[in-house]
Amino acid sequence: MAKIEPGLYYSESHEYVRVEGNIGIIGISDYAQHALGNVVYVDMPETDDEITAGEDFGAVESVKAASDLIAPVSGTVVEVNEALEDQPELINQDAYGEGWIIKVELSDKSELDALMDGAAYEEHCNNE
Amino acid sequence: MKYLPHTSEELAEMLSVAGVKSLDDLYSDVPEAIRFRREYNLPEAMSEIEIRNYFDRLASLNDPLICFAGAGCYDHYAPSIVQSIIQRSEFLTCYTPYQAEISQGTLHYIFEFQSMMAEMTGMDISNASMYDGATATAEAAIMAMAAGKKCTKVLVSSTIDPRVRAVLETYAHFHGFGLETVGETNGQTDRNDLQARLNEGGVAGVIVQQPNYYGVIEDFSGMADICHNAKSLFIINSIIADLAVLKTPGEWGADIAVGDGQSLGIPMNFGGPGVGYMCCTEKLLRKMPGRIVGLTKDNREQRAFVLTLQAREQHIRRQKATSNICSNQSLMALYVTIYLSLMGKQGIKEAAELSYAGAHYLHDELVATGWFKPKFDAPFFNEFCLTYDGDVDALIEECADRGFLVGVKTDDSSILIAVTEQRTKQDIDNLVETIKSIREDAV
Amino acid sequence: MNNRLYGNLIFELSHPGRKGYSLPANQFGSFSTSQLPETLLRKKDAELPECDELTVVRHYTNLSHNNFGVNDGFYPLGSCTMKYNPVINEEIAARPEFTAIHPLQPEYTCEGSSAVAAELRRMLSEITGLADFTLNPMAGAHGELTGLMIIRSYHESRGDNARTKVIIPDSAHGTNPASAAVCGLEVVEVKSLADGTVDVDDLRRLVAENQGTIAAMMMTNPNTLGLFERSIPEIAELIHAEGGLMYYDGANLNPMLGACRPGDMGFDVMHINLHKTFSTPHGGGGPGSGPVGVRSGLEQFFPTVGAFNGNFGVYIKALVYILTIGRENIKMVGPLATLNANYIKERLKDVYELPIDSVCKHEFVFNGLKDKSTGVTTMDVAKRLLDYGYHAPTIYFPLLFHESLMIEPTENESKETIDGFIEVMRCIAEEAKEDPEMVKSAPHTTPIGRVDDVLAAKHPVVTYKQLISCADTNA
Repeated sequence: MAKIEPGLYYSESHEYVRVEGNIGIIGISDYAQHALGNVVYVDMPETDDEITAGEDFGAVESVKAASDLIAPVSGTVVEVNEALEDQPELINQDAYGEGWIIKVELSDKSELDALMDGAAYEEHCNNE
Repeated sequence: MKYLPHTSEELAEMLSVAGVKSLDDLYSDVPEAIRFRREYNLPEAMSEIEIRNYFDRLASLNDPLICFAGAGCYDHYAPSIVQSIIQRSEFLTCYTPYQAEISQGTLHYIFEFQSMMAEMTGMDISNASMYDGATATAEAAIMAMAAGKKCTKVLVSSTIDPRVRAVLETYAHFHGFGLETVGETNGQTDRNDLQARLNEGGVAGVIVQQPNYYGVIEDFSGMADICHNAKSLFIINSIIADLAVLKTPGEWGADIAVGDGQSLGIPMNFGGPGVGYMCCTEKLLRKMPGRIVGLTKDNREQRAFVLTLQAREQHIRRQKATSNICSNQSLMALYVTIYLSLMGKQGIKEAAELSYAGAHYLHDELVATGWFKPKFDAPFFNEFCLTYDGDVDALIEECADRGFLVGVKTDDSSILIAVTEQRTKQDIDNLVETIKSIREDAV
Repeated sequence: MNNRLYGNLIFELSHPGRKGYSLPANQFGSFSTSQLPETLLRKKDAELPECDELTVVRHYTNLSHNNFGVNDGFYPLGSCTMKYNPVINEEIAARPEFTAIHPLQPEYTCEGSSAVAAELRRMLSEITGLADFTLNPMAGAHGELTGLMIIRSYHESRGDNARTKVIIPDSAHGTNPASAAVCGLEVVEVKSLADGTVDVDDLRRLVAENQGTIAAMMMTNPNTLGLFERSIPEIAELIHAEGGLMYYDGANLNPMLGACRPGDMGFDVMHINLHKTFSTPHGGGGPGSGPVGVRSGLEQFFPTVGAFNGNFGVYIKALVYILTIGRENIKMVGPLATLNANYIKERLKDVYELPIDSVCKHEFVFNGLKDKSTGVTTMDVAKRLLDYGYHAPTIYFPLLFHESLMIEPTENESKETIDGFIEVMRCIAEEAKEDPEMVKSAPHTTPIGRVDDVLAAKHPVVTYKQLISCADTNA
């Protein structure tokens, strides 16, 4: 069963945001990595790129599926997880930890209000 | 009928298993108003003898001519082995290699094809082939547009084959990007114009051709930097047989190399099938359209090949795909692979030298007649453009009446002529004599 | 692959100094590419193999033994119409009077080739009930794109520029939405009913919501479940009344031969996969041919989608096929393909789950084995079939079911062939109960076993040069 970590913000398209001060760490949920299967490639933006809530900022590919990454919040990319270039499987192994994808400087913290908490997200997954 | 094995007893039994009374009942869900109830207006079935006779008649309406025409389709030589192997039914009658366990033959040769295309073009990687050179070029333009965020247009040199350009225009119009022409000077891409257009910004890619439509070998030195400084991809469409000797797209610094593989001995066949190729830098691997075969191993630890990176493809991405191609020219890729295996490292150079020598010999002979002049003062390979002081259409027709396809008209006073290793000195001398006699008759 | 020599890549068989070609001596004197400026020449030769002729012949002949074609055995690949590819087609297509023709020859010197094209266009028009065809598209997907271009040009010619949307059923082939996207059109998905046919109520709602913006609706009929869309007259009327055109994806045309023509169903534009319905070989993925037909008045919108005249060497084979089967037999093609499919369906539906139990057309879809308790999946059944000398059906498509197993026998298959297949399918169902692990680890008799897709995609090695360099790194 997919793990849902409390304390994070979740989007309907299965991205999460971990907020640390003004920084949002974005990845895909354990539920999403289960659905995709073995991740073979992660297409990531570059540092300093702007991302906009609701728009694509990359993609995650498994052998049989490709899923766009939809930004749950807006901001400026301050770091990308370069370890994923050689080890995309980190997303499968530890979606909320070493499998994070990008860190952004949040431009509008109020966007977090539109996201779900763990309990609401669990409900959302159960309905899919 | 020899393709329909059902006997009437079998029909009766099968219909009863299927739970219907007649074949017609299988279509009871088709509204009667749209059922097709009359006979097709088609000829009655022909026996093989009648088929052969029928096509004897059509074949007699064609005049195979001794070919000096090129313009994207060349009469090159291929060893006899090639055609005989591609006719093997295991290659001919199989589907796309989705079931890797019973498709290693196809997967294996596609891996070889990819390796050979990468070698020929000097690029890192190749896909498993495209429809033809023109559509491969259009796909490269779309690929550049997808890679270049916020770009609005692609530039194309006016020295590119106008038929390739026409296809590019079609794709650009419908896909929705701008296509601007970079002008030419002395039959070569005008660098100043290129730089000026790049300075305007928003250019996803620049497309040039080598040798270009006029047969001219262009010097692309520094052009990759000009493109890259403007954050634009550099795309070269090459006549691949000539890359046996000419500087490769990789060496010119291209990001994408495309073109048709027809010059690797594929019969002209009224223009198709050929085989498009597309190679690119490793960096662009996941942006490249089309099938790709990759190395892997099986559960018995054996080396194996498999279709890979399919998550890029249309059947998974659906409306988010940047290409709709879902097949390749597999059998023609096999053709080219066997051709290159036989010709090998030395043979392709030897064939290229023969083509080059024959073309330069003919060029000089024609210029020596005084009726032809070089259109451009520039190096060429096995194809060249001459101005003619008479009626080009009449020249082509009069030569055709005497068994020669002398070339392709490029404008009212110019003709494009190609020579391959298939043309002997005798063929060339005969052509020159024929032209002389045509001129003498006219006097 | 078990033979070490024949499992090699051609590069691994290369020996410097060997030759597999012969060319005439150079009679042209001193002309040489060394006279070209050095900056125009490649610095290093292309590293191609150097092999003698017999080595090359054996290499590719042995590779062919690792393939499986229609000539090797039954190929019930759903949605692909794996017909017999008659040898007479190949013989005619290989005639030098056709293969030696340059596409830019003066028209009067290639009237034979032009006549082949003209005859085929006329016959395809008659068979489909449309006015004319262009033979230039080089594959089915290329035809789809060409057809959508025609539709856009039609609307543009009328100044109707707001028509940028295409309605496509959610059960459609993946190429439909991809072709629409490449053509700059937006996809609007219409839902399917539980039986897999278009939900006409949902369509009516979409048409109302998108008034004035619908360029076309794309459909295949019968649909990807092998079911005839019986509401087609109503659907066509709805779209036409809205100002859109109807596009027919000809992937499933085969069962309609002798039964119903796309033009009569109300379609305006269509493509045909000649490599499906008209017996030209698939060739391991191509070359194909995807002619596009249109209703009268749309011919003027044929776009330029290739440099020359399309894949002449392919479509000439379709003409040979049509002439061979002729007027009296072509009408039997659809019904017999349909009969074969229904026969298999009825004989297997007690052991395989049939989600939609009705008369199908040329193909139908099982949702895996009926007994789900064994853990044996559709993938396993497909792989086990390879052990028995059959090609697998299409698997995991359509996406409407989790364990789709899509079976399409063509009209060429005899009752014994089909009975043999049925017997094996039943046998696999038994094996799934008695020895599920054996089925799950199939195939066992093929040259290679199941491959590691993840390894291939995670660390792509797509050329021999990369293969050597990764072997060096690992050493």
